Amino acid sequence: MLATAVIVLREVLEAALVVSIVLAATRGVPGRGSWVSFGIAGGVLGAVTVAVFADALAAGVSGLGQEIFNASVLFVAVVMLGWHNVWMTRHGRELASNLNSVGAAVRGGTKPLYMLAVVVMLAVLREGSELVLFLYGIATSGPRQSVELAGGFAFGLLGGITLSLAMYFGLLSVPAKRLFTVTGWLILLLAAGMAAQGAAFLVQADILPALGDAVWDTSPLIADGSLLGRLLHTLVGYTARPYGIQIGFYVATLVVLLLLMKLFAQNQPPIRRQSVPL
Amino acid sequence: MRINTIRINNFAGSLVPKLRSFLNTVFIGGLLFATPALAADPDFTLTIKDHRFEPAELRVPAGKKIRLLVKNLDPTAEEFESHDLKREKVIPGRSETTFTIGPLKPGTYKFVGEFHESTAKGSLIAK
Repeated sequence: MLATAVIVLREVLEAALVVSIVLAATRGVPGRGSWVSFGIAGGVLGAVTVAVFADALAAGVSGLGQEIFNASVLFVAVVMLGWHNVWMTRHGRELASNLNSVGAAVRGGTKPLYMLAVVVMLAVLREGSELVLFLYGIATSGPRQSVELAGGFAFGLLGGITLSLAMYFGLLSVPAKRLFTVTGWLILLLAAGMAAQGAAFLVQADILPALGDAVWDTSPLIADGSLLGRLLHTLVGYTARPYGIQIGFYVATLVVLLLLMKLFAQNQPPIRRQSVPL
Repeated sequence: MRINTIRINNFAGSLVPKLRSFLNTVFIGGLLFATPALAADPDFTLTIKDHRFEPAELRVPAGKKIRLLVKNLDPTAEEFESHDLKREKVIPGRSETTFTIGPLKPGTYKFVGEFHESTAKGSLIAK
C-alpha cells in the first residue's frame, strides 16, 4: 500500500503545488474557488480521456505522440502563466490594495481567471493520465488489489493535498502587499521550469538537439528522483543534469516574460505611482 | 547531428555566444531533423514481462546514437523512466515504443518501470 501511495503522491505532487500557487495568486478574487474546481474537474476528465486513448496517443505522430502531447501541454501552460503575470503587472497593485480594504475585493472580479483555470487543468491532466494508467494496472491485476488500490490512492492523495495546503497557507502568511510579488515570481519560475521540461520532451522525441547532455551534474547533491528533487523540479524546474537546450528555454522564458512584464508595467497610468507611500 | 556534439564543448562560454550558438543550433538542428540519419544505426530491444526487464543489463556502444525498442508484453501500462538517460514515457499494455538515445558517454545508465519499481529495474551499459 505504501508503494502505491508513494507513486500516487509523486504524480499528485506537481498538480497540488500548481493548485496551491494558483490559489494564492488569486487571493481576494471572487469566484476563484469555482474556477479552480472547474480546472481540476476538467483535468481529471481530460486525464481519464488521455489514459483511455493512451495507445492511440503513444502510436501517434510515428510513435512520438506522447512526447509532442506533453511538450504542447507544457508550452500552453507556459503561455497561460506568462499571460497571467503580464496581466498582474497592470492590475496587481490595484488588487493588492483591495485586499487591504475590507469588502473592496469585489472589484477584482474582472480578473480573467480562465488562464489559471487552464493551467490547473493542464497540470492535473498531464500527471493524472499517468496516475489513471497506473491505478488501472493495479485494479486489473487481481481482486486482492482493491484494498491496496483504495488505500494507496487515499493516502497518496491526502499527502498531496496536505502539501498543497501547507504551501498555500505558507504563501498566505506573506503580507498582502507583497503576496502578488511573491506569487508572480513563483509563477515565473514555474513557467520557466515547464518550458525547460517541454524542451526535454522534444529532445526525447529527437525533434530538438540536446546541446550538451549534462551541462552540469548535481545528482550527488539532489537527485532527480528524491522528494526534494521533485519538489524543486516543479517549483523552479530543477534538473540534476540539464540539457543545454533546457537551460536555453529556461533563460529565454524568464527573459521574455520579464521583458513583457516590464513593457506592460510602463504603460500603466501614472496615477498608480501615487498610491505607493513614500 | 554532428554539429550539435561539437557545440557541447563550447557551452561554458558567456551568455551571449551561448544564446547565439543555441539559436544557431536550434535552426540547424531543425533543418537536420528531417534527415533519416538513424536508419543505419543498430537497434536494441528490451522486453517488459511480468513487470521485469529482459535483459536487465543491456550493453550498447558508447559515442553513437542508438535506437532502443522497448516492448511491453504485460497487459497493463508501464512507465519507462530513467533519470540517467532523461527519458520518461508511458508504454501502454501490449505495445512497444522506440527511444532514440545518445550518443552516450561510457558508463552505466539505470532505468526503471515506474509503475512497478520494485521489480522493473535495469541498466544500459555503454562501452
